[in-house]
Amino acid sequence: MKTIIDTPNLSRRHFIISTVVAGGGLALGMSFGAGATEAQTAAADSEVNVWVVVKPDDTCVIRIARSEMGQGTLTGLAQLVAEELECDWSKVKTESITAGQNNSRKRAWGDMSTGGSRGIRGSEDYVRRGGAAARILLLQAAADEWKVPVVELTVSKGIITHAASSRSTSYGKVAAAAARLPAPDAKSIQLKNPRDWTIAGKPLKRLDTADKLDGSKVFAIDVKLPGMLNAAIKQCPVFGGKLTSYDEAKVLSRAGVRKVVKVNDSAVAVVADTWWHAKTALDALPIVWDEGLGATQSSATIAARLKEGLDAQEVYVSRNEGDAIKAIAGAAKKIEAVYSTPFLAHATMEPMNCTARLSAGRGEVWVATQNAEASLAALSEESGLPLDQCEVYKLDLGGGFGRRGGTQDFVRQAVSIARQFPDTPVKLIWSREEDMAHDFYRPISQAKMSAGLDENGKLVGLLVRVSGQSINAFFNPALTTDGRDERQLQGLYEKPGDGQLGYSAPNLRTEYAMRNTHVPVGPWRGVNTNQNGVYMECFIDEVARAAGTDPLEFRRALMGKYPKHLGVLNAVAEKAGWGKPLPPGVFRGIAQFMGYGSYSAAVAEVSVSPQGKVKVHRMVLAINCGHAVNPDQIAAQVEGSVAYGLSAALYGECSIEKGRVVEQNFHTYEIVRLNEMPKVETVIVPTYDFWGGVGEPTICVVSPAVMNAIAAATGKPVRSLPLKNVTLA
Amino acid sequence: MAKLNINGRVREIAVEADTPLLWVIREQVGLTGTKYGCGVAQCGACSVHFNGEVVRSCVIPVGGIKATDRIVTIEGLSTNASHPVQKAWAALDVPQCGYCQSGQIMAATALLKKKPRPTDADIDEAMTNICRCGTYQRIRAAVHMAAESAAGTATVSPGSPARVPARRAKSNAAKVKA
Repeated sequence: MKTIIDTPNLSRRHFIISTVVAGGGLALGMSFGAGATEAQTAAADSEVNVWVVVKPDDTCVIRIARSEMGQGTLTGLAQLVAEELECDWSKVKTESITAGQNNSRKRAWGDMSTGGSRGIRGSEDYVRRGGAAARILLLQAAADEWKVPVVELTVSKGIITHAASSRSTSYGKVAAAAARLPAPDAKSIQLKNPRDWTIAGKPLKRLDTADKLDGSKVFAIDVKLPGMLNAAIKQCPVFGGKLTSYDEAKVLSRAGVRKVVKVNDSAVAVVADTWWHAKTALDALPIVWDEGLGATQSSATIAARLKEGLDAQEVYVSRNEGDAIKAIAGAAKKIEAVYSTPFLAHATMEPMNCTARLSAGRGEVWVATQNAEASLAALSEESGLPLDQCEVYKLDLGGGFGRRGGTQDFVRQAVSIARQFPDTPVKLIWSREEDMAHDFYRPISQAKMSAGLDENGKLVGLLVRVSGQSINAFFNPALTTDGRDERQLQGLYEKPGDGQLGYSAPNLRTEYAMRNTHVPVGPWRGVNTNQNGVYMECFIDEVARAAGTDPLEFRRALMGKYPKHLGVLNAVAEKAGWGKPLPPGVFRGIAQFMGYGSYSAAVAEVSVSPQGKVKVHRMVLAINCGHAVNPDQIAAQVEGSVAYGLSAALYGECSIEKGRVVEQNFHTYEIVRLNEMPKVETVIVPTYDFWGGVGEPTICVVSPAVMNAIAAATGKPVRSLPLKNVTLA
Repeated sequence: MAKLNINGRVREIAVEADTPLLWVIREQVGLTGTKYGCGVAQCGACSVHFNGEVVRSCVIPVGGIKATDRIVTIEGLSTNASHPVQKAWAALDVPQCGYCQSGQIMAATALLKKKPRPTDADIDEAMTNICRCGTYQRIRAAVHMAAESAAGTATVSPGSPARVPARRAKSNAAKVKA
């Protein structure tokens, strides 16, 4: 028997997922909520504090509250805790806490939400303090045992030494005593200077790779429980439409089918012994939909609505410094351009899924979630059970990118279905078609950009008008009264810290015309920095061309007040060799933008064939994320941003016909594959005076750098995405 | 009813003939390392070896498979993740979320069997699986690394891990014939 996910010893609750090798074949057997009790494990392992459990063999188990979806947060957080704990990195293991545990212990582990590139920057302080506090307790326990002042002790790699008496012990030996000591005074905790880091800040190997190589990792879609049933779901293809009727008699006699279930007003599910039986029965189920008003909508009607917003009189004005409209009107040279970007699906490799089991007084779900506490709340609301009778077993995500955060639609559906099968676990899996047809899409928008230059080619005014759908209006309308929504202007802010615009203009105005649609929208890796990065950075290139200035030099001249923005721009230009000769037919484009508290810049090297085919040869990206916790994983996120961003730039589009999404699988929603992946070089320039995000920041400079390189190659600016719709020949 | 030789073991499975191999592997056999990603042979998450060739199991009905056909899944690729491809994947920290990596590894191992020293163009052509996390750059490097390490060890030890799946499959085929 081999344990592949072992998260016991949370002392309050317990769950084990194990694989059982039997009879030469590999059978997956899992048991949750069963097994050893607190009393049985307490003797073996010591919870020094909520973040650190030490085993007698000196293994340090570091608890992780945030979700791991490939972004490496699990390893990074463990590095930060281990750094302060002064333990032996080779003896570090991690375990995920559950939402129920966090709830029952008064949120001892804080926020579990993993989005907005906040996994590390949002918890680095308290997890490091947790590691430091555990170290203080372990040292104190040794000092007590030896009856020496704690200041006489030193520790390295989990070995505590008292030099004066030549004694040493290990964390495993003193952990039980340390666990009984009161928490140290918070004021006594001094965090290390990053200059002294030996575990954090290093390009250490991820802790979660091994079981991704041999098929043994259990994703939520792989969960198997005794007596489990499987469900396939179909939601009204038109957003906002309703379920009218279905003819279950037509499918009930099919193999394995147990029941046809109305899930909510707009969805129906077939429950069967296997998912394949459920899915094929669902395909055969006659369903009548009331498609509603949304069915009148199309990409064309939506585009017209957004276009109207570009010139509408009534608009939310965010920044208004000087008088941009007047300055541009009176400028020696005026530049204006309209840009557009489409709806995009997340298309995580693991389709949406959730397993739920409801019993008398107990609700449980097994789910890939970016926010286990939101999953817990959804389970509680949908089941009617109080929070303390609910539990969420979070499994590492087969991709998140923002899809598995706040909405929890898959949890609600699974619970709704499982309610019809008391005491029986039901696993709901969405087909890929369902996954693409019912996403919370990256919002569609257009932008009208205007600028004025004086006789010397100097920028005198800049006007940004974004017209498009609002994420806040969809999720939290209270945040968007009277068409105000700062979030849709992400990356253009005056305020430093999160998404500050890195350019000065004597007259500057930013506006947002909210134009919502019936299509659900939500955060998508990089969120609105993607669209706004395209608008601003492609337009700055157009303005630079109009001024007859090199785009790098033109930017530099506007960035005097923004040294960190300029820092990454300079770093990327140097690494890419900006201005140096390129092979014939290859052209460069540059971009810089800020999001998620980090500064990013990119240079793309691109060629365009006579037939108009784009080839991206090389991309160099620079990021200043403040603190670099694991440089190799930062590079991995930058590489991933290029792939995700390039898919969007080249192919990404969810178009709407008769109110529904046209692209429903990867043959129409194309993704960049290995043969199109450029060589990516990452330059990390951390200044260690702030904490920025890593997973999202760099994606917003990928598209504009490529688009600017295409414009350099063809002499014509690119103003809309995806490029597959743009004639470049 | 289907008779399938999966990872060297022949199993009789009560299942409709039109059921895709992917779902039989996952639901009846219970090997979940092979993933569902699209159901239309686009993404490659369901890749397995079929008589030594990499195939997309989501579009292969089990009814057409013979007991003599050799199917190898990620779980049967090697013992203890000892295949040079798996080792290279670990050495370069290729996986991010990991969901597509079973399929990527099955595609890479099939490529190396055909072309022990693949060029970048060979890798471009053979490695067509989708990875949304964007691990492509490391996949390319890891394929090259695996090729080099396999070339380095094959001469020393003919029974190097790279050959385990092939030998195992062969012996099972013999068993079926007998």
